[in-house]
Amino acid sequence: MSSTFEQIANIIAETCDIPRDTIKPESHAIDDLGIDSLDFLDIAFAIDKAFGIKMPLEKWTQEVNDGKATTEQYFVLKNLADRIDELVAAKNAGTGTGS
Amino acid sequence: MQLEYFQLIDRIVDLNLDAKTITVEAQVPATHTIFEGHFPGFPIMPGVLLTEAMAQSSGWLLLGLLKFERMPFLAIVKEAKMRGFVSPGQLLTIDAKLEHEGSGFAVTKAKGRVGTDLKCSAEITFGLAPFPDPALRVHMDAMANKIGFPLQANTHG
Repeated sequence: MSSTFEQIANIIAETCDIPRDTIKPESHAIDDLGIDSLDFLDIAFAIDKAFGIKMPLEKWTQEVNDGKATTEQYFVLKNLADRIDELVAAKNAGTGTGS
Repeated sequence: MQLEYFQLIDRIVDLNLDAKTITVEAQVPATHTIFEGHFPGFPIMPGVLLTEAMAQSSGWLLLGLLKFERMPFLAIVKEAKMRGFVSPGQLLTIDAKLEHEGSGFAVTKAKGRVGTDLKCSAEITFGLAPFPDPALRVHMDAMANKIGFPLQANTHG
């Protein structure tokens, strides 16, 4: 079974037509890969579907705008993979994640 | 349809918030200047307007699901397929269903038919944003009333 990062990287490569081998765990989706907000909607849809979750993008964006979080926490891919694992774990535990 | 105002949907036939589906009707006008150019001797509805009609149908569904607290704005159209010609005077029936509600966005699938013939289909993504101007909310309320949006879906969800 492929890792969360592998699944995300494959989704990004397919959705944004970015060569898969350029997508690294350390890649920043916006700063390094140049993914814009519209493409990220597509990616979010694919990730939500693949993992059966609802990524709280609005909450994350608000946290970044309020200075309570950095974009790296959510948009560096290895960190995004961790956030997704947390959301999946919360869903499986039946605790919900909020949005 | 009031093509001059880009109002493509005439009537909501069914809105099911539990099933997250909507069915609407859109009466293609028998005559319009659009058909003089598209095309001379062979008037048909432009595919871009069929796509817009599917988007507006989906938009009404989302407005119902969102209880008019947010406005859906068209963001992405995928797999838009024009499967057959739609002629002046035909009645277009459009079904849309929610495919996914994400954080700040939603995805629908819509299909347009004339009678039982499938004419168009698409997967459509919307950004969901607070109403940017009170006048838009007032306008959408008026439009909802005009096309028979179920009042209980608007006020009580």
